[in-house]
This record gives sequence, C-alpha cells and structure tokens, in this order.
Amino acid sequence: MKYDQARWTDDSEDRYEPLLSEKASKTVDIEDSSLPDDLTRDNLSLPDPAEPELARHYTRLSQMNYGVESGPFPLGSCTMKYNPSFTEDVAARADAAIHPGRPDSTVQGTLALCHRLQDYLGRIGGMDAVTLQPPAGAAGEFTGIQIAKAYHEHNDDERSEVVIPDSAHGTNFATAAMAGYEVVELPSGDDGRVDIEALEAAVGDDTAALMLTNPNTLGLFERDIEHIADIVHDAGGLLYYDGANLNALLGRARPGDMGFDVMHYNVHKTFATPHGGGGPGAGPVGVREELAQFLPNPHVRERGGNYEHYEPDHSIGKVHGFYGNWPVLLKTFAYIARLGDEGLRDASAKAVLNANYLAEQIEYEVPFGPFHHEFVASAGEQDAADAAKRMLDYGVHPPTTKWPEIVDEALMTEPTEGETRRSLDQLAAAFNAVASDSDAELADAPSRPAAKRIDQATAARNPRLSWQALDDT
Amino acid sequence: MSNSNSHATGSPYAPQTAAETAAMLDAVGADDLESLFDVPESVAFDGEFGIDARSERAARREVAGLLGRNADLTEFLGRGHYDHYVPSVVDDLASRSEFLTSYTQYQPEVAQGFLQALFEFQSMLVELTGLGVANCSMYDDATALGEAATLSQRVRSVSGDQILVPEHLREGKRAVLSNYADGPDLTVESYPMTDGVVDVPALADQIGDATAMVYAESPTVRGVIEERLGAIGNLAHDHEALFCLGSDPIALSLLERPADVGADVVVGDAASLGTGTAYGFGLGMFVTREEYLRQVPGRLVGASEDAADRRAYTLTLQTREQHIRKERATSNICTNQAWVALRTAMHAAWLGPDGLVELAEDCVTRARDLADRLDDIVGVKAPIHGRHHFREFLARTDQPASAIVADLAAEGFAVHAVDDHLVQVCVTETTADATDEFVAAFREVAK
Ligand SMILES: Cc1ncc(COP(=O)(O)O)c(C=O)c1O
Repeated sequence: MKYDQARWTDDSEDRYEPLLSEKASKTVDIEDSSLPDDLTRDNLSLPDPAEPELARHYTRLSQMNYGVESGPFPLGSCTMKYNPSFTEDVAARADAAIHPGRPDSTVQGTLALCHRLQDYLGRIGGMDAVTLQPPAGAAGEFTGIQIAKAYHEHNDDERSEVVIPDSAHGTNFATAAMAGYEVVELPSGDDGRVDIEALEAAVGDDTAALMLTNPNTLGLFERDIEHIADIVHDAGGLLYYDGANLNALLGRARPGDMGFDVMHYNVHKTFATPHGGGGPGAGPVGVREELAQFLPNPHVRERGGNYEHYEPDHSIGKVHGFYGNWPVLLKTFAYIARLGDEGLRDASAKAVLNANYLAEQIEYEVPFGPFHHEFVASAGEQDAADAAKRMLDYGVHPPTTKWPEIVDEALMTEPTEGETRRSLDQLAAAFNAVASDSDAELADAPSRPAAKRIDQATAARNPRLSWQALDDT
Repeated sequence: MSNSNSHATGSPYAPQTAAETAAMLDAVGADDLESLFDVPESVAFDGEFGIDARSERAARREVAGLLGRNADLTEFLGRGHYDHYVPSVVDDLASRSEFLTSYTQYQPEVAQGFLQALFEFQSMLVELTGLGVANCSMYDDATALGEAATLSQRVRSVSGDQILVPEHLREGKRAVLSNYADGPDLTVESYPMTDGVVDVPALADQIGDATAMVYAESPTVRGVIEERLGAIGNLAHDHEALFCLGSDPIALSLLERPADVGADVVVGDAASLGTGTAYGFGLGMFVTREEYLRQVPGRLVGASEDAADRRAYTLTLQTREQHIRKERATSNICTNQAWVALRTAMHAAWLGPDGLVELAEDCVTRARDLADRLDDIVGVKAPIHGRHHFREFLARTDQPASAIVADLAAEGFAVHAVDDHLVQVCVTETTADATDEFVAAFREVAK
C-alpha cells in the first residue's frame, strides 16, 4: 500500500488554518453615503485580508481538501471521474460571458451551441427533445415530474401518486413530494431489482409516474425494463429515468429505447463537469415527442438558419431564473465533442470493467450482480461509516456509505473509468486492509488526516453555523 | 504507454492500456468488454450517436467558432444578473483542483478546506443580513425564493397559502416561484407598486389571514431602493406572515440591514460577487432566523471538534435533507452551487468591508450620474421614478423601446426594453469607462 497519495495527511499542528475573521477583520462605519441615513445600515464588519494573505489562506484550505486529482474517489452514485482541464478554458472564454437579457439575435453563438447540445443529449438518451435549463439532477427530476403532471392534467386525468423503488436516491422521494405527489415506496425483489409482482400491486389509476434508475443504485441492470414499462404505461402512468447512472450505459442502451418517457441527464457525473465541492452541476431533461409541448420556457429552436427562444405550447413554465447553469453546459458540450461516439462508448466500457475488477479484488462480501459502473459491498460486522474513516488512513477516499439501505452496512463503490489497474489495486488493498482491521482501529480512525474524527453529534446538538456563533460560546 | 496514440479510439481520460484491459478482463473472467453489459438484446443500442470525436484543439476551435457568432456588445444590462469586476486571484484560487474537483463533504476529515470556506461564506451572509442562519447555497435567486415560499407555509402556526409578491418582479423569477408553489398549493398574487416602490396602503388592504409570506425587493428589479421596508415587515408580522426580502450582497453592504427591517428570510443572487456575467448562472443565497433552523433547505456547515479537540467543520443538521429524510425533507436539493459560493466569499474577502461599501456606493452614484446624463437628451426622461437607484434605472423614450434596443445594438450597446417606451439601463464598474460613447450613441438613437 502506497501512502504517498494522501497529500492531506500531515499531522503537524500548523495545518490548522485560522478563520479569515480571525486573521484580519475590520468594522467600517457607514457615514458619508450619498443615500439618506435611514436607507443605509450603520456599519459593516468583515474580513479584510490583503491579496497575499488571501492567496495563502485559500491555498492552505485547498491543501486540506481531497479532490479527484488527489487520488481515487470511488464515491458511489456520484461518478467522480477526472474533469478534463481544457473544458475549464472553454468555459472561461470572454465571448461566453454574456448577459441573459440580450436579444436572441445577438446571442446566436450561444443558442447554436445550446441547440447542438440539445441534439447530442437527445441522441445519447434516445429522447426527442431536451431542455438544458434544470441546474442539477434534482432540479431535473422536479422538471420531469412537473412535465408528467402537466401531461396528466392536459388529459384531464387526475393522478396522485409517484412510485419509487426503496433503493432509489433520496432526491426522487423529495422531488415527488415537492411536486405534491404521494410517494409509494416499492420494495426491491430478492435479486435487488424491481419486484414485478410488487410493481403490479403498486401501480394503478393513481400512478402518475414510476421513477427508476437503470442500472439501479446497486449497479444492476433492470432486465425486465420492457415489462416494467408496459405495466406502467398500461396503467396510464409515465416512466421517469433518473440519469445519475448513465455512465454505465453510454452507447449500449438508451432510456428512450427502453420505454422511458422522461429523463434527466446528470452532466456533472456522466459528462465529467467538475463537482465543485458540492456543485454546480446541471440536469438537462429529455422527453419523447408527445411531451415536448410541456418543456420549460423558453426552449431553443432553429428557424431558417437562425436560433431563437420560444415558449412550448403547454410549457410547465420556468425551473431556473434565466437559462440554467450555462458554464456547466458549455463544459458538457466540450466533453461530448472531445469524446464522440467511440470515446463515450469507451468511457462506459472502462467504467464497467473497473467496477467489476475492483469488486473481484475485495474481500468484503459483494451481494448481487452482475455489476455495471458500481457495486455495493457490505462491511458485514463492521460499521460502514467506521470502515470509511479507516480507509482515509490508507490514503484513499472511501465509497458512499450506508446507502442503499437494502445492503447491510453498504459500501457503495464507483471507481469510474479514470483509474488505472494500479490505482484499483491500491484501492482494493485499502479495502482489504480495513476489512481485517479491528473494531478498535476502526473506531479510532482516521489518525492520518490533519483532522481526526469529527464529532457530528455535537455539531447538530449545538449548531454553530457562523463565526458569530463561535464568539457567542 | 501514456502517449495520446494509445487512446486514439477511446476516451482520452480512461487511462488503461490495451494490455491492462486484457489482463483485467481475464481477472473478471470476461471474454470482452461487451460481455460485461447485462443488457437484453431487445433494448441494446448499436452505439452510433453520430457524434464525431474531436481533438482537444479542434473541440476548442469549434466552440470558438460557435461563440464567435455572439455579437460583441457592451452590456448596460442588469435586471437580476450583474457584471462586476472579478479579480484574477479569485479565478486562480478557485481553480485549484482540490476545490474544483471535490464534492459534497461526506467525509469532513478530508474536506476541511472547503467546509471552512463555506462556513466563512455563511458567516459573511450572517453579517450582511443580521440574521442567524445562512445555508451554503441554492441554485439561484428564483429557486431560493421558491424555497422561501414553501418554508413560510411549513413554519406558520396557522394555515395559509397566499404568497404576496411585488408587481414589479422579474417574470422569470415569478415563473419559477409558481412552479415551486404548485405542489404545496400555494397561490402567488401581486400587490401594487406606485412610482417604483411598494404601495404600502394597498398592500395593507390586500394582506390577510391567509397570507403566509410577503416578498419585497431592495433594490427592486427596476433598480429602485425600497423606502418603507420596515412598514412592509410590520404588516407581514401583524398577519403572522413571514417577510422575505430579496437583495444581493453588494447592495446589502450599504443598504438597511434586513434584520433591522424585520426580515425573516433573505434571498437573492450572490454570484454578482465572484462570477460576473455567465448567461444567468447564479448563486441563490438563503438566510433566515435561527428559529427556522430546522426548516432550512439545503446544506449547512457547522463548527464542531475533532477527536484531538481541535476546531473542525462538518455538514450538519442533515436530518432535514433528502438523503436522510426522503419525502419529508425540507427540499429536494442535493448538488448545489458550492463552488460559486466559494468564489463569492473570495471576492468579498478581497474587497474587504471598505471595498464592498465603496462598490455599493458607486452603484448608487453611477446610476444617478448616468440617469442625469440620459435625462439631458431630447426625447429621453430618466429616471422615471423619483427615487434612489442602485446600478440601474428606467428611462422613458419618445422612440419605441424596441427601436432603441435595435439601434443601440447596431452601435454596439445592449439595454433592456421593458415596455413600449421604457428601457432599462444598468451601469457598473465594468461599463463605466464606456458611458461617454454610450450616451453619445443614445443621443443619436433617441432622436
Ligand atoms: C441516483 C441519483 N439520483 C439523483 C441524484 C441527484 O442529482 P443532483 O445531486 O445533481 O441533484 C443523485 C446524486 O446526487 C444520484 O446519485
């Protein structure tokens, strides 16, 4: 096991970085404003570092942070693949920094690029029309479910439920509730897939949609997908595809061909736009022809060689204040253009091979299979969260833990195509070392990162969410 | 084997060599890559998207070619998206891959850097608003407003489903709010404004027991600094409604502190610090009173201690969130705009309180000066509201607004057409140098 990947692992006290407010702070009284006194605040107290101090502060903070370029990052369901550098340069172009209030005739380049990206995504997902507006996967889900709702209302068909498998991501449940639906949770079958009998029992006249991830969060392809689609469609419902796992299928199967009516693409996963410490992402939504009239306002179309925004006939309205996360969409376009058919196919093939190879090397039990881009191991007698902390000591980022709940002490692992065999071997060595460590070693972990185990309970019991709150205690 | 040729037919970002691939296939007992896909024949796809692969250089050239079709305009545009100068050091530091390529801080022990940066961001918003709790981002101002509306319904002790919004409100923002209001069956209604500010007596007539939230903005979408925020807050509270204020961090550096006018929630776009124009790409800020802490949407960073008793940061109160609470979560948001928040905090720190106040003061005086200059032009009246403005203002033109916009575009300038004879003009430090040419062009097209 090599330890040298762990760049943040330095035990020295000087790793601790004071808050900006502790380094340089200043209070300014607001006195000579040209506004009347009663329209202004009294004063403002904020950090006041000079640029060199600022540079050191954030450089130090960056050193206390693990990213994809720091080492393996097999965080299941998140597709933490390498983010190509050149797409950053593309997004930083001066002619991309335009204002959303311009007339269409002056943003033909941006509209042409959006139109081409809509087309690419449509081809990749097998969808007839694609909106780029949703700013993340969950926002795409909300857009898609609002489209399903508009479709049913358009048909004077009142439906109150959305059916979601128990293995689904939390956003699916939250989205359905946000759109005003009751959630019907579908228990998974013994093989980790949709249980057809349970589905038949759950689906009916009230079903607005079934939300499904395929391959599901266990990395398993829903082989009965056509049957599932028939059951949902026969009941008058729509089939929604959560695109978080599309990196598993590029060029091998398309949601549109499987019978899905609506889907979101998760471009910060599948198309390698950086995750930015939590975001931004983008969650374009694809629909089949019949649903295109409900897409968000505005949509981009081509007319006689010119591009324009227009409002679809029965649009659900807006899901983002302007046009979505444009810089992220630009990076998405650049990535797809760089890879093309063969690159996209290769990315999926290697992502799937890497997951299968890693699953083969590790000693934890890995139930179910065959896997695509990810697998869910069980930490067994160990606590998965403790096992994850111990992995930090071996210099790798741990997998997603304790989800999906249908595997006990889940270690949801997605290595992506970005790892070499050598780094997968290192990852496997880390998993296996932890698997044979004692409970005491796990409970004490991590010991190597600058920060030791962080007390979550106290943080929640006594919330201190600002430096002002620290001063109070 | 790391030369580009070895990846000529695959993803350049999948580093396995052919030999490694073969050995790994062998290790998993598969004949070839295709056999790893457990996809039934009936839904299998042949892999032909019809998208050609490009070299990195060609991909960049293609984007350059496309974006080159955007007109080169000096934008006197605002209405919720603003261009402020972002110092190079922000780009430089935010681009560090440890920040850019990390994700939600599920393992705080190796994410202290980003967590601390977000904690600092939250703290800056707490100072700017005077309210106790800021989350670490929503998607944009419009979705933040939608979240505020649903929060108001959840925290209200009596039932109420009416959300009151100002007559002058960006259409796109209102449309997003309507979508958020749809699921929980909230109704969104406008209250009137007179001469650019809230018509408080009219609002008093309209507000009622069913009102869950009153929303107002300062500056308004027309750039007017609202004068009676305290009265609006009192009205809301008299009816057990929340008072939600829309603003932005630059305006908040100078204008009345939201806590002092009774604001319960502050929303708005914070990307005007740190990002500049990006076709509407934003950063939703969401700040509220501590009493609503457990109903806040999105991620929160809190301080705690590590096992060595040192201060450490972690995501906290996650039982509000979708990955734990599922359909009972306060919001469905997962991926947010954390990196944009990082940039905003960097920019705010770079400016410091003096710089922020000065920038805000410039927003007032620049708008005033430019309005005065346009007002001197025959056929133009500016500003049309006799109020204080921030960054932007409305002008009435004898010529149709659509003609003004088109003719100015031909001269290389962009302004908003707001109504038949109303245009809106925004000025910041990035366009301040171009105001002489702009005024000259305006004089020509206003004839
Ligand atoms: C399976 C699945 N569905 C949906 C989402 C939500 O996507 P986002 O975080 O972009 O909102 C995620 C990821 O976070 C996911 O893993």
